Amino acid sequence: MRARLRDPLLWTSLALVALVLALPRSKPLFAALFPGLERPLFELDDFAALLAGHLLLVGASSGAAVLLGLGAGIFVTRAAGAEFRGLVETIITIGQTFPPVAVLAVAVPVIGFGFDPAFIALLLYGLLPIVDTTIAGLAGVPAPLREAARGMGMGEGAILCKLELPLAAPVILAGVRSSVIINVGTATVASTVGARTLGLPIIIGLNGANPAYILQGAVPVALLAIVLDLAFGRLLAMLQPPRYSMPNS
Amino acid sequence: MVRNRVLLVLLLAGLLAAPSLAFLTLAPNRLVSGAPISLGAALHGEALILLLPAVLLALGVFLPQRRALHALTAAAAAGFLLLLVRLAGSEAALLAQTAPPVARISLGGAFWVLLIIAALALSDALRRLAVPAPAGVLLGAVVVGALGLLLLSGALDSLAIVREYAARRTAFAAAILRHAAMVALALLPTVLLGLPLGVLARRREALAAWLFPLLNVVQTIPSIALFGVLLAPLSGLAGHFPALARFGIGGVGVLPAVIALILYALLPVTRNTSEGLAGVSPAALEAGRGLGMTPRQLLWRVELPLALPVILSGLRIAALQTIGLAAVAALIGAGGLGAIMFQGLFADALDLVLLGVLPIILMALAANVLFDLGLGRLRRLRR
Repeated sequence: MRARLRDPLLWTSLALVALVLALPRSKPLFAALFPGLERPLFELDDFAALLAGHLLLVGASSGAAVLLGLGAGIFVTRAAGAEFRGLVETIITIGQTFPPVAVLAVAVPVIGFGFDPAFIALLLYGLLPIVDTTIAGLAGVPAPLREAARGMGMGEGAILCKLELPLAAPVILAGVRSSVIINVGTATVASTVGARTLGLPIIIGLNGANPAYILQGAVPVALLAIVLDLAFGRLLAMLQPPRYSMPNS
Repeated sequence: MVRNRVLLVLLLAGLLAAPSLAFLTLAPNRLVSGAPISLGAALHGEALILLLPAVLLALGVFLPQRRALHALTAAAAAGFLLLLVRLAGSEAALLAQTAPPVARISLGGAFWVLLIIAALALSDALRRLAVPAPAGVLLGAVVVGALGLLLLSGALDSLAIVREYAARRTAFAAAILRHAAMVALALLPTVLLGLPLGVLARRREALAAWLFPLLNVVQTIPSIALFGVLLAPLSGLAGHFPALARFGIGGVGVLPAVIALILYALLPVTRNTSEGLAGVSPAALEAGRGLGMTPRQLLWRVELPLALPVILSGLRIAALQTIGLAAVAALIGAGGLGAIMFQGLFADALDLVLLGVLPIILMALAANVLFDLGLGRLRRLRR
């Protein structure tokens, strides 16, 4: 019970929820902290709605990136797609040198303002670490294990689902984790292109030289990134095979 | 009989994109969206020579795969790339003759898709040829140099992106310098701070136990949030002590950006230094001790040289990340190439966005290539 209470994931999540609920009632506090400001509290949009919008954008783009990334990673590690592996790896290496903001900035004039360009940019950029780690994870499965499974009469599909993917899962999940964390950050900047995210108070605060707005956006979004990172850390710990202590010999 | 399926897929993607997307767009002014001009409409007269490398690439799909064929494919891909850019420039010049002077002729989707396909075909052919990395880089530099000559010759002057450049030549050069300065100002302290911290973290577990989780949390915080949080106290400080503002310690500007960039870059440098030292084999340490080396000599002559490749890959991550994040710093008034990018974004002008984005990408690619070459050289020396 005591360990539960000290769980950082629990209290950072609670802090995030409490913060988002308390912010709309915090006007006197910010008025006292920033006496020079005419509008000490961001009231153009609801904080809970901004958090929901942020989560929706990251969830939708990362979800699509996981499906596409897994598919691409699995394809190029099969015999049928092996010829494409070099090409895909080149695209990933080059693509990862592109700053995420650059992808976002180019998507807007092509697609227009709003949710869509942010979604496309986050999807494209989020794909790269997932494909990368899917290939690394699947390639890291020892060949003798695959041989043994084949010897036991398992089909290619069964080998993939029951042997390769479970063994590669921790590595793949690490890729999903960095993809999601990058996307939380890019989604924040995406409020410059009209997406409804927690970046909105920051951007409006920066434009209007209003440090209170900046804090009201920056603190929840930083907390959100930390909560998601801790959640993935927890998931990863659950996936690791239990370590058996070797008997002292 | 299909003998090169990668090239086939690339060609099919090109055949799909060329007729369905615009090669160029012609807008009478900046506010109106442009009318598309297809590649088919641009292919006339001299421009038909673009079909020659395209046919050669198609042959590469079906002919028996030999080294000579891969070399031909690589040459055809490079030729296609250069001819494509030249065609965009000459067709734009032709259109500009009849269009009003404020008309904007922009590069369209088909141009970009074909450009990327040609570059990918080139890299795939070089991989099949098993060209060593330095030679590949040299070939890439030759293609980029040829593009630069094309640009300098004035052949591309009618394109809107080149016009945007011509209209803000000095601001553009200043933005590149500011961007590079920000990256250097962030990376230098990162190395000076990160290397000793990494060494210390390896020596004292108590330090590593709180340092790495802390840097990890910093790394997860979205850049714009960290920029914003640093901005408020620094502007408050400058408000209370106006003298500070004269030294550039104002809220808006380079200082908060550089502090945030250092905080982000510290994790890869420190972690990789520590991990690199941990990877040094005990036998090497033992041998050093046997030679009578002091702990200091051991660190400088055995541990750090052996850990160098891992430290350099950490530095590579830090450099690439800093080049990209410095673009976001434009939002807090730090200037740089990000300022041009966001200016284009808010004006809905793709050409201006690209004018800001392309140098950022080129800078990142150049840094990546430099680190690749350095690491490759290091590995060969070890052998």
